[in-house]
Amino acid sequence: MWAGLAQVALVLAALAVVYRPFGDYMARVYTRADHSRAESAVYRVTGVDPRSEQNWGTYAFGVLGLSLVGVVALYLLQRLQPLLPLDFGRGAVEPAMAFNTAVSFVTNTNWQSYVPEEVMGHTVQAVGLTVQNFVSAAVGLAVAMALVRGFVRVGTDRLGNFWVDLVRGTIRILLPVAFVFALVLIATGVTMSLRGGVTVDGQTIAQAPTASQEAIKVLGTNGGGVFNANSAHPFENPNAWSNLVQVFLILLIPVCLTRTFGTMVGERRQGHVLLGVMGALWSAMLALIWAAEAAGTRPLEGKELRFGIAGSSLFANTTTGTSTGAVNSTHDSYTGLGGGGALLNMLLGEMTPGGVGTGLYSMLVMAVIAVFLAGLMVGRTPEYLGKKLGRKEVTAAAVSILAVPTVLLVGAGVAAALPGTADALANDGPHGLSEVLYAYASASNNNGSAFAGITATGDWFQASLGVCMAVGRFVPMIAVLALAGSLAAQRGAPVTAGTLPTTGPLFASLLGGVVVLVAALAFVPALALGPIAEAML
Amino acid sequence: MSTVLDPPPTRALAARQVAAGAFHPRQLLARAPDALRKLHPRHQVRNPVMFVVWVGSVLVTAFAVADPSVFTATVALWLWATVLFANLAEAVAEGRGKAQADSLRRTKTGAVARRLRADGAEERVPGADLRVGDRVVVEAGEQVPGDGDVVEGIATVDESAITGESAPVVREAGGDRCAVTGGTTVLSDRIVVEISTKPGESFVDRMIALVEGARRQKSPNEIALTILLSTLTVIFLLAVVALQPFAAFSGGKQSVVVLTALLVCLIPSTIGALLSAIGIAGMDRLVQRNVLATSGKAVEAAGDIDTLLLDKTGTITFGNRRATALHPVDGAALDELAAAARLSSLADGTPEGRSVVALCAADHGLPAEPSAHEKTGGFVPFSAQTRMSGVDLDGRRVRKGAASGFALSGAARAVVDEVSAGGGTPLVVAVDDRVLGVIRMSDVVKPGIAARFAELRSMGIRTVMVTGDNPRTAAAIAAEAGVDDVLAEARPEDKVALIRREQAGGRLVAMTGDGTNDAPALAQADVGVAMNTGTSAAKEAGNMVDLDSDPTKLIEVVGIGKQLLITRGALTTFSLANDLAKYFAILPAMFAAVHPQLGGLDVMGLATPESAILSAVVFNALVIVVLIPLALRGVRYRPTSAGALLRRNLLVYGVGGVVAPFAGIWLIDLLVRLIPGIG
Repeated sequence: MWAGLAQVALVLAALAVVYRPFGDYMARVYTRADHSRAESAVYRVTGVDPRSEQNWGTYAFGVLGLSLVGVVALYLLQRLQPLLPLDFGRGAVEPAMAFNTAVSFVTNTNWQSYVPEEVMGHTVQAVGLTVQNFVSAAVGLAVAMALVRGFVRVGTDRLGNFWVDLVRGTIRILLPVAFVFALVLIATGVTMSLRGGVTVDGQTIAQAPTASQEAIKVLGTNGGGVFNANSAHPFENPNAWSNLVQVFLILLIPVCLTRTFGTMVGERRQGHVLLGVMGALWSAMLALIWAAEAAGTRPLEGKELRFGIAGSSLFANTTTGTSTGAVNSTHDSYTGLGGGGALLNMLLGEMTPGGVGTGLYSMLVMAVIAVFLAGLMVGRTPEYLGKKLGRKEVTAAAVSILAVPTVLLVGAGVAAALPGTADALANDGPHGLSEVLYAYASASNNNGSAFAGITATGDWFQASLGVCMAVGRFVPMIAVLALAGSLAAQRGAPVTAGTLPTTGPLFASLLGGVVVLVAALAFVPALALGPIAEAML
Repeated sequence: MSTVLDPPPTRALAARQVAAGAFHPRQLLARAPDALRKLHPRHQVRNPVMFVVWVGSVLVTAFAVADPSVFTATVALWLWATVLFANLAEAVAEGRGKAQADSLRRTKTGAVARRLRADGAEERVPGADLRVGDRVVVEAGEQVPGDGDVVEGIATVDESAITGESAPVVREAGGDRCAVTGGTTVLSDRIVVEISTKPGESFVDRMIALVEGARRQKSPNEIALTILLSTLTVIFLLAVVALQPFAAFSGGKQSVVVLTALLVCLIPSTIGALLSAIGIAGMDRLVQRNVLATSGKAVEAAGDIDTLLLDKTGTITFGNRRATALHPVDGAALDELAAAARLSSLADGTPEGRSVVALCAADHGLPAEPSAHEKTGGFVPFSAQTRMSGVDLDGRRVRKGAASGFALSGAARAVVDEVSAGGGTPLVVAVDDRVLGVIRMSDVVKPGIAARFAELRSMGIRTVMVTGDNPRTAAAIAAEAGVDDVLAEARPEDKVALIRREQAGGRLVAMTGDGTNDAPALAQADVGVAMNTGTSAAKEAGNMVDLDSDPTKLIEVVGIGKQLLITRGALTTFSLANDLAKYFAILPAMFAAVHPQLGGLDVMGLATPESAILSAVVFNALVIVVLIPLALRGVRYRPTSAGALLRRNLLVYGVGGVVAPFAGIWLIDLLVRLIPGIG
């Protein structure tokens, strides 16, 4: 108990130390006018004019275009694996799985329907999957920054240059931090090897360039491991220290982005409110999962002894609250309530504190809805950060919050009705339903963690989960960019005593209420049949 | 909402109208036929949330017919009741405008116009045939045939048909009091009116359309809210549709009736049902205060106002200057001056004259009424030549007037200059050419106005006083009234420039105006309230007309705009917060067979699964009826800061919305369980 609390305190203290400098550093990355030599070289080669800025449509076109190219390239890489070096004879990835995996990594989901050490060679892993780990995270950051600029800028249709944002996020934030922490992880005992495996006493132990993949896996809230056991594998996550470093890296960017936001809009307290809501929900869910697991009848089932209940609960709560999806324990083995907590974390829409960039913009969309409701209650056309929330803004926010529940409920509903589903599940009854719900919640919210217990390699699951990942990623992104566009076009309204204050505990509790109400209310009936029914047995 | 500062003569009437607009349960019955008529799908489809309820009602009714049971029939009944109650809310809101429209329509009948031909001869034509630019003659006892401006003559006009104000008003050619409205009656004299609107588009026509809600378009904010509510409805629809395969997977397949009941309870039907009634009632509250808005958009904009431009005269100060001090000169005693000042004003019926008598009575103990002897004096009325007035009594000539009419000593001249410099108007008092002293006439700030402006400030609204006075005088009055800013020596173009400046800073500006030269500013302002006494140009330029021509009403208009938005927000919050209790009622009931352990969630201890579901449906329907009066009246609004308002409304409608249905559903269940086949 106390050791567990000490772990939590350690992570939080580390985050507190870097919060200001790193948050402000990210704000400078996205606001500075100059370009480094490396960046200028990239722009010259790619033919990007870094001084030109884009409207929301062009920006969105860049996001979608790049992602489409990414999916196609990743699909081809997997299909053509036999032609690539370091493939260890693992062969071409079959089409449905290749499609699912391509979408999964481009959408920052990293749902893995394959066993990495048996299916992917090092080239596909490094050139394909890991490149997308960087790019998908940088895309999330870029969209979040475009939305923040929408709030900051007045009377313009320009939101910045997507390519510049992409390059900056990659070169100035993701690459250096990932590089440093890959070394730190190696120091904690994470392996790093280009060999396919070693054979000891007739048993082949798979090996991989683990540390370099591991750092961006957690930093970019990706979650796709190079081993099937993910962060429960001793090569990926050998001890309590590496576990804490990973939890820290998962939270680093999503948490510090609230500072970046506050700095960019010129009022730090605006960022503190978002952080407060994210932190409160994260803490509440951690308490729920931890308590449920500690009270379980077989509390260590599915958990690594080196992490224990605390280290597992902390990781499980963090990975499901950030759209990361890495796991260091088997969520399927959790208690009804504990596993339900992980599921609820995802159903909340991945904003506690959410994925890289996606967490910030998802929370801002919720803030737009909260301000709209609360703004009416103070008798004015609602305003958030000096921008009025009218038809266009509410429509964009509405599309954004509609996308995920739609694909999630339709996908899971159809899956539950399909006759083959029961055979793909390890359990029946409420737990079986939880397994189906978890899979679709994970894909639609771009989390990528698996409840296990479900065999999602059938064509229906590969295809439908792929669609869920794509819709859950890109529809909200386009809506968010449209929102940014209409916000930036407005002239700012001055703050008066009649303006709804969007800082302080009152607004924070309102925002928290809206997150729970809007995001989770629709899933209560399904949860009642799954985890709640299981927990109350 | 507190009322106007300076009660206009129409207060009694306004009060009557508000009372007439108040909600009586009787209205629900009276409007039931309208509510039934609105069941037509063509009407329902306009409201996405209620359309879902309507489809659900049809569906459950079909099941009730195909496979009758007490439960299914009762659910069907209450689902229809939900739709009906929503229709009723709208019908009642609309009905309140109908009576007013009917009385307005009566003013339109039988108007025959005496049109002037180009050769000067008159011809009689029906009022409906008049065109813009036609000139018509109207004489005492005749009705003005259409909206227009007086181009010749002066007349007293009875405008009670439009304003409810029974005292006649003067309308004359030229100046800012030239507009006449079709349907009003000329009481004296003869005027020539140039028609300024096409038939069918007159002021009365527009007013009828407005109060009936016929021309009502959804306002921008209402559209935004509808989008949000529709989105939530779609999410809940998906949640309920997807629940069936989940339930089947769990071995507890649900009936369509139960799923429909769940859906109707979850979607924000409370606010969906009341949304249009809230909008109509908001317009109606303005109409009851004798303000006509040309669109719902204008009413909402009123709630958003950041800057109020207020004319000094009539709004901040009383319309006329008042005597505030006496300054004896040239050795005269104060008592002597007071006695003379009083005498000179006893017969003077103007507000200025009365204020002199009032001052002498209050500060010097002189009688306010003339004695029998004093009444024998000869009153000398004010003339433009002498610029003085007074009385001849006992052979003495008592006079008061402008300084230029008297021979002043150096000392007297100094006092006169000092009064002028202080923003006052000096009136010299003399008896038989001996100057006794000077009456200081000055602007008097209306009582309570400073508190009112402080209130506005706490709401985040900046007040700017607009006056033609010099900056020094203006600053003195501004300080006394407590306005935030002053526009002195204001010309019409200065007003427009000020409004543009404020708007460039993202602020919304409201103003009142009556003159033709106010028209550009009224058009530029986000909310322009034109006085009914003003010119047609002013009325055309503004987006509201105040029939009472009371400039302080702008403050009330702001309050009404805010109240409209607050009512929407509060009921939306209430509606969404209700879902929690409904889950606790319905979910354990639905899955009692397959997951009996979920019975632990039934904190209300409802009798049976059927009674639980039915109670939630009944609560969902009844809450609409219970909230109709609130939707029509508007949520209580007191000017205060946004933070305080949010805290209060979140507590009442958010927390209240969570708690109330637990109690409501529990109570309803106590009755519902008595129904055979349910309990």
